[in-house]
Formats: sequence, structure tokens, C-alpha cells
Amino acid sequence: MNGAVIAANGLTRRFGDLVAVNDVSFDVQRANIFGLLGPNGSGKSTIIRMLCGVLTPSEGTASVLGIDVRDDPEAVKQRIGYMSQQFSLYRDLTVRENLQFYARIYGLDPPRQRERQAAVVELTGIGDYVDRFAGNLSGGWKQRLALACALIHEPEVLFLDEPTAGIDPVARRDLWDLLFDLSHRGVTMLVTTHYMDEAERCTHVGYIYLSRLIAVGKPDQLKSVPDVTPAGTRRVEVRCAEPTEALARARNLPAVRDATLFGDTLHVLLDAQLEPDELLKRIAEGDTSATVRPVAPTLEDVFVILSRAQVAALEARS
Amino acid sequence: MKGFGAVLFKEFVHIRRDRLTIFFTFAVPALQLTIFGYAIDVTIQNIPTVVYDLDGRQESRRFVEAMVNTDTFQVVERVQDHESFRRALNSGRVKVGVLIPADYSERLLRQEQVQVQVLIDGSDSQVATTALNTVNLLGTLMSINRARATGEALQVAPARDPSGEAALPIEVRARLLYNPDLQSAYFFVPGLVAIILQLVLLFLTSFSIVRERELGTLEQLFVTPVSRSALLFGKLIPYALMAFGELLLVLTLMVAVFGVPIHGSLVLLMVLATLFIITALGLGLLISTLATTQLEAIQFAFMIMLPSVLLSGFMFPRAEMPLPIYLISFALPVTYFIEILRGVILRAADLRDLIPHVIGLLTCCAIIIALSLTRFRKQLG
Repeated sequence: MNGAVIAANGLTRRFGDLVAVNDVSFDVQRANIFGLLGPNGSGKSTIIRMLCGVLTPSEGTASVLGIDVRDDPEAVKQRIGYMSQQFSLYRDLTVRENLQFYARIYGLDPPRQRERQAAVVELTGIGDYVDRFAGNLSGGWKQRLALACALIHEPEVLFLDEPTAGIDPVARRDLWDLLFDLSHRGVTMLVTTHYMDEAERCTHVGYIYLSRLIAVGKPDQLKSVPDVTPAGTRRVEVRCAEPTEALARARNLPAVRDATLFGDTLHVLLDAQLEPDELLKRIAEGDTSATVRPVAPTLEDVFVILSRAQVAALEARS
Repeated sequence: MKGFGAVLFKEFVHIRRDRLTIFFTFAVPALQLTIFGYAIDVTIQNIPTVVYDLDGRQESRRFVEAMVNTDTFQVVERVQDHESFRRALNSGRVKVGVLIPADYSERLLRQEQVQVQVLIDGSDSQVATTALNTVNLLGTLMSINRARATGEALQVAPARDPSGEAALPIEVRARLLYNPDLQSAYFFVPGLVAIILQLVLLFLTSFSIVRERELGTLEQLFVTPVSRSALLFGKLIPYALMAFGELLLVLTLMVAVFGVPIHGSLVLLMVLATLFIITALGLGLLISTLATTQLEAIQFAFMIMLPSVLLSGFMFPRAEMPLPIYLISFALPVTYFIEILRGVILRAADLRDLIPHVIGLLTCCAIIIALSLTRFRKQLG
């Protein structure tokens, strides 16, 4: 036990022949927001379900708040909140009835029920909608209601499985503000997401690829991993008039390790002996307005490079 | 039982808001009972009949009259040639054709044997069997009457009754018990009560759980500390109560609309019905652990309902089934409940009379509940 609020150790889950989660280990400390990233079907939801005690790990151990999820899942459930991928509250019940239902499920006594309902309504700002049927709320408000229900018993740990999938950018930002607020109050969170900008907001991120956790750490730590910008290379951003053509030319240069479009610019990883000005000359000939400057890698760069390395390693093994 | 009250209350709110559930539980079974109760009538009467009478005199007309008087046959056509006689049968307009030869009256008068040809459409075996038995019996009776008249004339008789009249040597005195008027409603409606009760319970319980699985709300509940028994009882008790209300409704309809009186103990009936309701809830629960979508639940429910209707003795007598199918009927809880319903309602059977069926139902109940409870876990995957 190292004082971690969430600790996964060699967590593995098989469904028949399919290995959905393969030997995943990580720790989350108190009041951290741990972001779990990865493509669809990479095993993120399965990890959350195992940590919540509704899916038994095939191998490995996991503990939440020091309680082994395999030994006493019910004790874990009393102290965690869970928000699933799809909206999973009762559509034919009103906002208030949904909150009441969960308050009673967690066994709060009546005065405490009233106190907590008032608190989560205040926190999520859903007060104007308490008498609406949950099924009639918009996507963003549905998510807030789901969060309110997950927080009704004041859990110490919150699991959020793609909480922002399918909601508009404003609602998305509001939801993240709420999560930061909770983090300041000492709630530990594990969030899965597709969005790179959301990953940047997490205190720690883990990247799941092909059922394995291939990178874990603070966003800044991950960006300085040697594999991402290997010795003898540099990462530059090229701004030019015709980036698509420049990309095609750049990819034909032997000194260019990697090149991708990034908005209306080009991110290039190139061998250090090729001077940036030389690169500019070769890919944007005659374009006098073209500029080049060194850049730090983004999390996306990190994950793309690590994913490729993983595939290469797997191919080499077979 | 942590969270029991919350689940129970929530389930009642769902039921109250979902008009379709209430309609499905009360209005549909009432309609079904009324429609099926009237439609399923197995007494065969007024079979359409064609007569081709080549004789046409008093004796042959008497034969046709006797046939009509049985109520089994109804003469709908009289034809004068072979072609029309054949057509009437081939077209399916009539099920029975009677051909009386031209010398019918003469031969009878000369005391020679005479043949009446009766052609019966055998496609519907029940109609055909009834027609065959009735017409055979009619021939025998008319022959015996003639024989007796001849005997009287010769002052001989095979036997005499106490008043000295010539009579048959053996008189069979049959008396119909429990259903003296042979009304099919007496037989079918109690069975229908069991079938409707099972149908509604299977669908209501399996749907209420599978719907939550589909919507993801069940997964959300699994992540809470609600206890397994609270979840089960909270979800099932409302439907058990509804089923009980429905039972009272269909029994009332049975008595009021079909005039089938309940001869036995109402208390015994209610106790055993409760046992059956628990069994059917268990079956619904079992379906909900096997099905992941409501469509799958429908398919599983039909897999149970079809044998329940066909093999339980509801429609066809079990004793006449081939052995493997007869054995299957023992695995259906509704088999025992139909026997119990018919026993208590029609024959005033008490617990002692019903012991084999009660034991059968108890065994089914124990197995189904044990199976569904082991399968229903607060776990995914």
C-alpha cells in the first residue's frame, strides 16, 4: 500500500479469447484527475468497470481507497461515484425523483438526503430543471444530472467514462470547471476521454493502446519522453502557403522522420543535421512568406509515436 | 436489504407512468379471456351435410330426419345427381354426404339389408370423428328399433324391463359429473386463467429488468451499494401484486361472464396461485438473465409460452401425447397449475386430492428460483 487512492496492479481481463485489458498497472493519488486515453475498444471502460467492482479481473489486483475490489466490492461502491458512457438514469422520472432515488439507494437518512440534494443541485446548477423529466433534458443537462446523482453520497472517488461524449463545447468546458472544483475539494477522479485538449487538463494521463497501458505520467513528463523526440532530432512547425503540398514533399525527404498537418501548419520531426532553413527551402521553394520555428511535442504527437512504436514492437515479436 | 424501499417506490412510479403496462396487465387479459373463452368451443354441432336421396319416400325421409335430430348434422343441400353430390363435397361446402339408394324403402319392407352410404370429409379429424361416431350410432339405434319391433311381433324379446316391455339386455346408465352440460367453457376457461397469468408475468418481469439493462440503468445500479435481494424484491414485488390483481380480475370474469362457478376452496386456490405467480416471476427473472435486449426477451418468452399452450393439457389431453412429449409436459409449471385450477374450480378438489400437482409445482418453483437467483448477480460480463 503506497497511499494511492486508486491502485491497479497487473490488471487483466479476458472475454473468451479476447484480451480486453492486458497487464495494466497505475496509481492515482488523492485529489488528482487521472485521464485515461485511447481509441474505442482499447479497454478503457473495462478498466473502470473492474475498479468499480462490477467486473471481476481475470488476473491482477486493484484497490480503491485501500479496499481490494475483488475482496469487498460492496464496500468500494459505498464510497465511489460512477458516471457511465451512455445516459443511464430513469427518463420517466423527474430530476428530483432521480436524485431522491439515488440518495435513498445509498442509505442516506432523510435530513442528510435533503442536505445533499440541495448541495448537488447547487453545485451543478440544475435547480431550474428539478421538476423536468430526465428524458426531456438536453445532452449537457443530462450529463450534469448524471454527475449530480453520482455525487449525491459525497463520494471520495469519482469514475467518469467519457463524460463529455456528444455534448456541445460550452457544456464540455462547464463540466470540466465542475471537475476542477471537485478536485479542489479533495475528490480523486479517473476520467476516460477521446479529446486531447481534455487530456492536457488532467493532472496525470495514461494512454491505452491495444489493451495495454503504453504511457503514463504527467502531460509534461510524457512530452519529454526520449522516444518522442529522439536524440539527434528536432521538432519544428512550418507555416507556409500550401501546407498539403509541402507535406507530400517533406515525406519524401530522407531526413524527415515524421510529418503531419496541424491546422494550417505542418509539424515535422527531422534529423538534427538538416537545418530548419534548409528544410524550408526544400519543401516550400519560392514561398517567401514561409516561416519555421521549433515547437514542443503535443500529447497527440506523444500518443501517435508511442502507438507506432507499440505496433512495431508487436510485429517484431511475431 | 439496503435500498429496497427506493427500488420498490421507483418501480411503482414507472408502472404508474407507463399506461401501456397497466393496459397490458389488465385490459388485454380481460379481452383475451372473453375472446378465447367464446372462440374455443369444441362441441361439434351442425356439420354441413348434403343429401342425395334416390328413394325419396317416407322411410328415407325418416332416416334424414333422424340424422338432423342428433343436432350433429345440418342439411344444407339436397342434390339430384352424382355430379352435384361430388361437387358439394369437393368444394368443401359440406363435410358430410349422405347417399340413400333408390330401393331403400322396398328392401326394408322385404326385410333385406340395405346400405346407406355416408361420405365424410376427413381433413378435420375432430369433425370427422364426431360425424363418424354419430352416424354409426344412429345406424345401430335404428337397426335395434327395427329388430325390437320384429321381436315384439313374434312375441320374443332378448330381455324385458320391470314393466314387462321388451328392452335391451344391458342398460348403461352414464351420468356426467362436474360439467353436466358438457360446456367447453368449463374446461377451457380455468386453463386460460393459468395461460394468461403466465404470459403477462413472463413479459412484465423480464421486460422490467431487460429494459434497465438496455438503458444502462442496471449497470448504474450495480455500481451502487444496493443489495442484490433489495434489487430483486424491489423490482419483482410490484409485478407480483399486479399479477394477483389480474388473477382476481380474470377469475371474476370467469364466474360472471362464462358462468363457471368455483366449487372448491377460494383460499386454497389463492395460496396455490401465489405459488404459481412466484414460479412465473422466477421464469421471467431467468429470461432477464439470458436476454440482453427486449427483442431477445420476447423470443425467450415465446419459447416458454408455446409448449405451455400446446403441451400443458390446456388444449390437448396429456394422456394421449407420445411419451417424449408427455415427459416434457412435466417440466412445465403451468401443467400443474392448470390441473390445480380445474381441480379446485370444477371438482371442488382439496389439498389432499391435489398433492401430486402441488408437489410438481413446488419442485418447478424451487428449481426455477434457484437457477435464476444463481444467474442474477450484481456483475457484468
